[in-house]
Amino acid sequence: MFAQGACDISTESQSAFAVELRGITKRFPGVVANSDVNVGVRGGTVHALVGENGAGKSTLMKILYGMQRPDEGTILINGEPVELHSPADAIDAGIGMVHQHFMLADNLTVLENVVLGNEPRAGLGLDFSAARSKIRDISARYGLGVDPDRLVDELGVGERQRVEILKVLYRGARILILDEPTAVLVPQEVDELFGNLRELKAEGLTLLFISHKLDEVLSVADDITVMRRGTTVRSVAPGEVTARQLAELMVGSALPVPELRDSTVTDTPVLEVAGLTVQAPDGRTVLAEMSFTIHAGEVLGVAGVEGNGQAELVEALMGIRTPASGRISLLGKDITKLSTRRRRSAGVGYIPEDRHRQGVLLESTLWENRILGHQTSRPSVRGPLLDRAGARADTERIVEEYDVRTPGIDVVAGALSGGNQQKLIVGREMSGRPVLLIASHPTRGVDVGAQAAIWEQIRKARAEHLAVLLISADLDELIGMSDSLSVILRGRLVAEYDPGAVTPEQLGSAMTGAAGEVS
Amino acid sequence: MGRLSPRAIYLGLAAPAGALVFALLVCALILSVTGHPPLEVAEAMVGSLERPRTAANSLNSATTYYLSAVAVAIGFKMRLFNIGVDGQYRLAAMLAAALAGTSFMDALPSFLRIAMTIAAAMLVGAVWAGIAGFLKVTRGVSEVISTIMLNAVATALVAFLLNPDRLAVTVAGSNNIGTPTISEGGRVPGFGYPGSSSDVFGLIVLAALVGVVYWFMLNRTRFGFDLKATGQSESAAVASGVNVKKMVLASMLLSGAAAGLVGMPQLLGASYSYALDFPAGIGFTGIAIALLGRNHPVGMAFAALLWGTLDQTSNVLDLSGVPKEIVIIMQGVIVLSVVIAYELMRRYRLRLEQRDVGRALGTAREEVHQ
Ligand SMILES: Nc1ncnc2c1ncn2[C@@H]1O[C@H](COP(=O)(O)OP(=O)(O)OP(=O)(O)O)[C@@H](O)[C@H]1O
Ligand SMILES: [Mg+2]
Repeated sequence: MFAQGACDISTESQSAFAVELRGITKRFPGVVANSDVNVGVRGGTVHALVGENGAGKSTLMKILYGMQRPDEGTILINGEPVELHSPADAIDAGIGMVHQHFMLADNLTVLENVVLGNEPRAGLGLDFSAARSKIRDISARYGLGVDPDRLVDELGVGERQRVEILKVLYRGARILILDEPTAVLVPQEVDELFGNLRELKAEGLTLLFISHKLDEVLSVADDITVMRRGTTVRSVAPGEVTARQLAELMVGSALPVPELRDSTVTDTPVLEVAGLTVQAPDGRTVLAEMSFTIHAGEVLGVAGVEGNGQAELVEALMGIRTPASGRISLLGKDITKLSTRRRRSAGVGYIPEDRHRQGVLLESTLWENRILGHQTSRPSVRGPLLDRAGARADTERIVEEYDVRTPGIDVVAGALSGGNQQKLIVGREMSGRPVLLIASHPTRGVDVGAQAAIWEQIRKARAEHLAVLLISADLDELIGMSDSLSVILRGRLVAEYDPGAVTPEQLGSAMTGAAGEVS
Repeated sequence: MGRLSPRAIYLGLAAPAGALVFALLVCALILSVTGHPPLEVAEAMVGSLERPRTAANSLNSATTYYLSAVAVAIGFKMRLFNIGVDGQYRLAAMLAAALAGTSFMDALPSFLRIAMTIAAAMLVGAVWAGIAGFLKVTRGVSEVISTIMLNAVATALVAFLLNPDRLAVTVAGSNNIGTPTISEGGRVPGFGYPGSSSDVFGLIVLAALVGVVYWFMLNRTRFGFDLKATGQSESAAVASGVNVKKMVLASMLLSGAAAGLVGMPQLLGASYSYALDFPAGIGFTGIAIALLGRNHPVGMAFAALLWGTLDQTSNVLDLSGVPKEIVIIMQGVIVLSVVIAYELMRRYRLRLEQRDVGRALGTAREEVHQ
């Protein structure tokens, strides 16, 4: 249609675009998140936005969704200039957004979350049954598989995302913004999501999405805009570039490959799990009789579709969730009954799957966040007292070593971009020489450059006898980083693979149970 | 962006000052509408403050209010709403007064007597607040509901115990009843205020100490860190190893212990007995002051002083025929406008910083990234 794609829009006729952002500038204390950004999005296409952590992608999308006001610049929807003062305005303009961090109320059902702020009225009461069937309709139409009556608290990250998408569709959005939708999904789910996106596109919806996974971007996007340091540096069509070139455009370096060199596995068991069983509050068994051992210097990778017991496994290991039965030992000592705090001070590091829920205090400064989870150990604490100087100095170190992009360590964590928050968490959990690292999606949301740095840090620690439980949706990461690899399905470890020999396809089919139960 | 740059201090003070000016204007308006010249009223109030006695009493009120505000603020920091400071301090003051008034205490050294009285008050306050904490932890009962109900129970309990058949005696020469008067050795001597017939409470020192301890606990201790973390995000606190139930219980106990102190300056420095006319309602004033002072140890001190001064200078108004309730209106307007002013100031500060940053960086972001 448009050979030009989403190129420099100042020369383009305005009616061509469903969304057009002109000269957008947005400043935050200490940073200019967007400076003079120009993007044009053709109607009925999938438009991808890529760029390194902190490049300003989320900020730009929040501006389009009315969550933040630009300091300068104009927004045009279907050629008409609009003033978006709030998400409500954006919704009226037909724009919906699925955030990088989900914004669902945990203790409400899917149905309640979807209708929240948009309650279906029937006379004086609320007409939930109509809403329920509308949700079922939408869910079936796009294959979202959402049950309106489940409690959001019980849903895994992947399911939450589908609820978010459904919520946006429920409000009648025609322009959909998805901020890193694939970061939380395993490949099959990504394929499903892209299937959904294509269907939405076929119905004439316009989709804007942000991703750090460049292969995916190339496979699904019609146009790609590359951002760097707050501005758009290039607009390309997927046919014109390779993933490698795209990475170079973004961060100026090549795509990293996760790869362990020599084996560092010793025969000292660090984490031994025997017969671990966990039940959900409703009595369902979500983790059944799980047993495994991780040795010093070993990375055990666990592959699986979201919601097959990974979250429960991790929380049981951390002492956040009480198992129904089973035994967990660390370096030969039974820790099954120990509190989370005692486990952490025994040297267990924890990278949670949802950083906003479990990883950071958004309203606290970076150095205060350095203390979080390490309230009993140097250098952040001395006895019952905080060691502010120690915590600050170590935060500076993390910011430096992990390349956390921030104007300083006195800013609140909520002011960092998602990927930079993640880098801070990884840096924190890797400090103080942990003996065991429980890592859920350690590189979720970080750009390709930072991803390589995190992998390198894990490798280094592994060489110094760190044991790692690695749960990830990124199969390349799993295969490249693991010494041994298991698949989790319906609360059980169903298969073991040699990471040196397995292919992503084999893993993929085992994860969905298609390979039949091995071992 | 140092947090203590002159501009930061100036901006921090601007919000409460602006709110104060606004509240003054509202009151002036109300006064003129009701036919009292605002300037004369103000003059009368300021004039009365120049009287040493009013000044001393203002300090005394502030002392009590401050303790109450700290008790409330400990809960606020953890998003716990201890509405029950009122019941806690009344029950604590009554029981501590009964203990301090018993004759066997006469034999003990003065310091020990005072320490025991104060410890007893803290203990009673802690237990009473602890009930609410316990109910929340074990049964999930909202502390708002339980502390409000415990206030009512405390009122009934105090009325029941304050009876000549039980802990009370009739106060000589009146139909007031109260606990036995605490003898000389159990009292805390005040500081003389030049020209004033009433002393400044000796326990003003205790209030200052409580403020320092509160500040230290919040900003320098692991416990305070856990407390603030729980208040900000319970799930993150849990993942970091905080035992939330323990924290709820601990902070309710602490809040209650601080609440137990509220009645002490008055009891040991002026009343010497808990009688029917012992000041009530200070727990609620504490909520307003904690809001006004933003749970900050110094902020609350200023808020308490302001509140105490307004209370004491309002006494002069009746003499000049102005309803002293105008001061209550003023206090209400101050709290409201301060809350609004803090929000406006926050936005203004953000804009200022953005402009600075914009000027410093232009459109280049290299410097930010070091
Ligand atoms: N509320 C805020 N206050 C202050 N600074 C902010 C705020 N939100 C974002 N920033 C800053 O603006 C810049 C751009 O952030 P943004 O979240 O848009 O990045 P991003 O491209 O989405 O990165 P990521 O890939 O890590 O998610 C970052 O430097 C970030 O620290
Ligand atoms: Mg982002």
